[in-house]
Amino acid sequence: MRRYSVFAIAREALRYHSGWERAWASPTPKASYDAIIIGAGGHGLATAYYLGKNHGITNVAVIEKGWLGGGNTGRNTTIIRSNYLQDPSAAIYEKARSLYETMSQDLNYNVMFSPRGVIMLAQTHHEVRGYLRTAHANALQGVETQFINAAKVKELVPIINIDGPRYPVLGGLWQPRGGTARHDAVAWGYARACSDMGMDIIQQCEVKGVRSEGGKVVGVETTKGYIGTKKLGIVVAGHSGQVADMAGFRLPVEAVALQALVSEPIKPCMDVVVMANTVHGYMSQSDKGEMVIGGGTDGFNNYTQRGSFHHIEETLRALVETFPMISRLKMLRQWGGIVDMTGDRSPLISKTPLGNCFINCGWGTGGFKAIPGSGWAMAELMAKGEPGPLAAAFSLDRFKEGRFIDESVAAGVAH
Amino acid sequence: MSTRLQKGGRLIDRSTRAEFTFNGRRLIGHAGDTLASALLANDQMLVGRSFKYHRPRGIVAAGPEEPNALVNLGRADRLEPNQRATTTELYAGLEAASQNHWPSLDFDIGVVNNYLARFLPAGFYYKTFIHPRAAWKHLFEPIIRQSAGLGSAPKETDADRYEFVYAFCDVLIIGGGIAGLQAALTAGQAGKRVILLEQTAHWGGRAVVDGDTVENESAEEWVTSAVDALKTMENVTLRNRCMGAGVYDHGYVLANERLADHTPGDGRPKQRVWRIRAGHIISATGAIERPLSFAGNDIPGVMLAASVRDYVVNYAVSPGDRTVVVTNNDDAYLTAITLVEAGLSVPVVLDARAQADGPLPSRARALGIRVETGRGIASVKGGKRVTGVQICLQAGEGAVMEEIACDAVAMSGGWSPVVHLWSHCGGKLIWSETLSAFVPDSARPPLNHDGSAMVSCVGAAAGVYDPADIIAGTDSDGAATAIVPVWMMPQGAPIGLRSKMWLDYQNDVKVSDVQLAAREGYESVEHTKRYTTLGMATDQGKLSNINGLAVLSQALGAEIPQVGTTTFRPPYTPVTIGALAGEARGEIFQPLRRTPMHDWHDQNGAYWEPVGLWRRPYCYPRAGETHDQAVQREVINTREKLGLLDASTLGKIIVKGPDAGRFLDMLYTNMMSNLAVGKCRYGLMCNEQGFLSDDGVVARIDEDTWLCHTTSGGADRIHGWMEDWLQCEWWDWKVYTANVTEQYAQVAVVGPNARKLLEKIGGMDVSKEALPFMQWADGSLGGFPVRVYRISFSGELSYEIAIPASHGAAFWDMLHREGAEFGAMPYGTECLHVLRAEKGFIMIGDETDGTVTPLDLGLGWAVSKKKADFLGKRGMERTYLADPERWKLVGLETLDGSVLSDGAYAVAPGTNENGQRNTEGRVTSTYYSPTLKKGIAMGLIKNGPDRMGEVVELNKVDGGTVKARIVDAVFFDKEGEKGNA
Repeated sequence: MRRYSVFAIAREALRYHSGWERAWASPTPKASYDAIIIGAGGHGLATAYYLGKNHGITNVAVIEKGWLGGGNTGRNTTIIRSNYLQDPSAAIYEKARSLYETMSQDLNYNVMFSPRGVIMLAQTHHEVRGYLRTAHANALQGVETQFINAAKVKELVPIINIDGPRYPVLGGLWQPRGGTARHDAVAWGYARACSDMGMDIIQQCEVKGVRSEGGKVVGVETTKGYIGTKKLGIVVAGHSGQVADMAGFRLPVEAVALQALVSEPIKPCMDVVVMANTVHGYMSQSDKGEMVIGGGTDGFNNYTQRGSFHHIEETLRALVETFPMISRLKMLRQWGGIVDMTGDRSPLISKTPLGNCFINCGWGTGGFKAIPGSGWAMAELMAKGEPGPLAAAFSLDRFKEGRFIDESVAAGVAH
Repeated sequence: MSTRLQKGGRLIDRSTRAEFTFNGRRLIGHAGDTLASALLANDQMLVGRSFKYHRPRGIVAAGPEEPNALVNLGRADRLEPNQRATTTELYAGLEAASQNHWPSLDFDIGVVNNYLARFLPAGFYYKTFIHPRAAWKHLFEPIIRQSAGLGSAPKETDADRYEFVYAFCDVLIIGGGIAGLQAALTAGQAGKRVILLEQTAHWGGRAVVDGDTVENESAEEWVTSAVDALKTMENVTLRNRCMGAGVYDHGYVLANERLADHTPGDGRPKQRVWRIRAGHIISATGAIERPLSFAGNDIPGVMLAASVRDYVVNYAVSPGDRTVVVTNNDDAYLTAITLVEAGLSVPVVLDARAQADGPLPSRARALGIRVETGRGIASVKGGKRVTGVQICLQAGEGAVMEEIACDAVAMSGGWSPVVHLWSHCGGKLIWSETLSAFVPDSARPPLNHDGSAMVSCVGAAAGVYDPADIIAGTDSDGAATAIVPVWMMPQGAPIGLRSKMWLDYQNDVKVSDVQLAAREGYESVEHTKRYTTLGMATDQGKLSNINGLAVLSQALGAEIPQVGTTTFRPPYTPVTIGALAGEARGEIFQPLRRTPMHDWHDQNGAYWEPVGLWRRPYCYPRAGETHDQAVQREVINTREKLGLLDASTLGKIIVKGPDAGRFLDMLYTNMMSNLAVGKCRYGLMCNEQGFLSDDGVVARIDEDTWLCHTTSGGADRIHGWMEDWLQCEWWDWKVYTANVTEQYAQVAVVGPNARKLLEKIGGMDVSKEALPFMQWADGSLGGFPVRVYRISFSGELSYEIAIPASHGAAFWDMLHREGAEFGAMPYGTECLHVLRAEKGFIMIGDETDGTVTPLDLGLGWAVSKKKADFLGKRGMERTYLADPERWKLVGLETLDGSVLSDGAYAVAPGTNENGQRNTEGRVTSTYYSPTLKKGIAMGLIKNGPDRMGEVVELNKVDGGTVKARIVDAVFFDKEGEKGNA
């Protein structure tokens, strides 16, 4: 792989950039692999990357129905934070956040991780108590957070209205090392690194069936033919239920559309990411200048990746109230992504009833921030056949045992 | 130069002058102008700077597809960034300023990026700024952020207001050109309820500009009579300045009407959002002309050919004195003809096609216009304004044959039907070879709930351009346009030219960028878009998408339909966020629920706390008191004398019917069916998982009626929960529920003097014997009809008195008046919290968080062991919930009497596998108890009830810990003597 650098750009500029090589290859599938991952989104590609990097398994194919990074990886609002309440969540999201910090250097691809800081606003006394609890939990989990007062919120976010007549801002949970990254670049950077390790990323290849023998997976039927594998990782987010069905088991997961939108770009006016859970909305400003806005999920299950209006309206009301200056900006584009939600709103990184078949799903509305940690933990699970400490709590069994990891306690809104 | 012509201009009123400013310069336009036409009339072609390279940008188009002419419109609390000059109607006093430059439009430091353009190709930022790590956040990113963005960020709260309306119709037609008008006439005459929307202020679309003939009349006459006819139809609603923004499931359409954009400050709402439910949607949205990709096609003065026509015909504005026309189809000849007929010069028409023999080319030649076929533009000369073009063979590599001086270029690369609304909800497209465009595939429309086609397209939106075809509903398949696709000019342009051919003017994406993306493997059209930012500008690729994907398909050696388009997303053009938020601002941002005593609280200095949509007094601070001091005073007064609480927000749900008892037995963990009439019982509700979700006192009213109290925040949720089970699971049970929360005001009369007050008021026997603890009685007090519950959430002697809401305020007044001699004072929610914590009563949301079971809270006595089933029973039996080692409720007292921090965790030795400190419990409620004069807390501690007297360590956010002793959670009046008094 030819490395990216300012010198490479200078060299290429002299020949009109004619010498750049492909970021990733476009191979035809081999007859079989040591491991196949279904789904070339961030989580699937990260899984492949850490299979190679941490476990030396590189005879790997990542199979993608559409184009890589085209699902939720390319549709989210790019927020990265790890100020979670429950220990298992804080562990994996903090792992992810710390991997994001060095991802550009690891992948030699600028994913523009920007630790601009994340504030979760407290607008009721109840919310204040909730975030104080999270702050105490984070202190023991090694996650750097701080409960800040309203004046400090205003200092960090000058455009915020802290004296709204309905839900004045009482303070906020501040994670200075949270932030955003360029979502597409995460998928592309991983894809390039995986391809460089000799892995095959096979796009436009839909899995139509999972073949097993003696209770163990042996391969997948695809639109490009049958491909054998020793191990299978299902990392398909919104369509997890359908692929699990092919593998012969059911999941406690449902799919709903999560709504998001961006405004037209304006000059920088907000450095940090703000989430307002009482009024339901969150907003950050991209490097391009767009206000990136998210809200809630549609109230019904579906698979269409379309924007709907009802949540957009609610979200924009909330944000106009919180940031009055956005009123005269314009909504440029709205869209939806299909998120897979478990009963406790925490993910699954788990063995399945089918031998050598593993699942990573259920990230719900907050998967982007988890990508590297999720891939790290899933790779460990696939390589060893047993979950490591990061994944252990996220097993399918927890629903049988009632051992939920309920984050709705702390974050009642999509994130 | 661009200038106002001496005559013509079908939309302007020369008798009305409108003075406006651009970058502070005073300019004059006419009523009827757009800001763009007025700028051109004042020879202001340069209007902005591009996003990335800060290249000079001029007006390109005349409609919503304009990518360049974006201005900061207005100022202060009416500043609107990124306003398109081409769709902004001019008004006297308009203030506009160009964007994205420093220090000035003419001299912009940022243009240094342009000179470095070779080093800044598509996606360069993914390949650099990687080292050193800290530099991205502290150096590179701030610079990029500052140079990106477009318009200024408004600083003030919007001075305008917005509104929305709902509408319903059989047929919604979007687009008021002749196709839309004809569709409206047809549907209107058939008696359908019709709504017709037009985004501009004028009807007629292109036909009236191009002087078409429609049904043997001039288009102008035909449109006038069509609009007049529609106006007489009661079943037809016409709305101009109203843009169809988005099509959603089941015929739901969002439209944005600009009411006062052109008359700011006149008191009307600025905009109105229409939320329309339509039986069928007809998209008559026309087509957008495409640019041609030749070197220098972004230099100010290069415009779309039909837009040049628009300016001449509509506004009597000539974009240039000498305009070269360059085209690959017949339509652009009309621009040449129009210019010449207006007395302007067209030195040459460059036609990339080998032949041009249609009626329009013939007319042009007959006017003496020089026509060169098989020719194209090798390069446009000029910097901030076109100065000339170099001509080459289209089939060649750009060898310059001739240079012609000119100050404008009118280009046409063909037309793309506006298929956005068709596509929003799943309509599919098909590539038309004859039109060189994607057109709606009528075989694959977006579907309605019943499987019928939800949207259909007519006119240019369907690829039908001939007025006769449009009126007749026929399709001569684009013969009139005679287009030959030209995606690059010249065909064999070398890289030096390709890197100067702009596809996306705003985001600075060039032909070479798309080719680079393809070379690097970003082959999917979505990858290319995201890698190069093609089509991601504020015009959302209206000009650039088709050209870009044609270049991509050539680079990949694939057919255009194989490459496909990116997804069309709402809105069609950007919609003001304030309009989407509507009237919900400030006090009415969300509905405000008010108890009957709300105003009294306000007048008596309540410090409010939002509780759901309610507001409740947190406390009533007196002059000079802090909130903490007020709370302490309220606690002491209630414990020693008499406190009055507005408890009206408490949920009250009537459950009635022959199966009501059975139903409540399923809903509550304890038994409710055996509750005697006249008695009250504290009940718990769990979700199916076995976690506590709500609590409250249930009163049995009569044989088949129960009244269930819920938490204030839980009333609507629990009512919904009840209905969920009744409607979805137990639909055959004979039970009715009614949420009567707002039908009653409720007052808690609390404290040692409570009975004295009620006895003084008189009207019913409230003695211990007549109304013992946990009973209720109907009666009257002081002449008011009341229902009195002997229940207590404070441990004090307490009566909760429900009264019809209409009497609430008067009753509350009376209690204060008559209670003064007993020391009556109101108290707020925080006092309520302290009182209950002193008694060890749990609070939903504090002691519970969705992960806590009744058994964790020592409430096993309220979990029936006799009942065969109830919601949560099975969940509670799961191993993790039945684990004896769970964290359980206890009291906590710091060794030094201080108040523990909210949310502190009890630390245990060591760390877990993930390096996190082990914990063995947490604080759930913590207060200063004015009664006990020390900090008290409740918490969940591992095996807590078995560890009384043990000391645990609670963490602090700064890393230290505080020692606290495990004690009984009931801190005060353990025997319950006061409440039973």
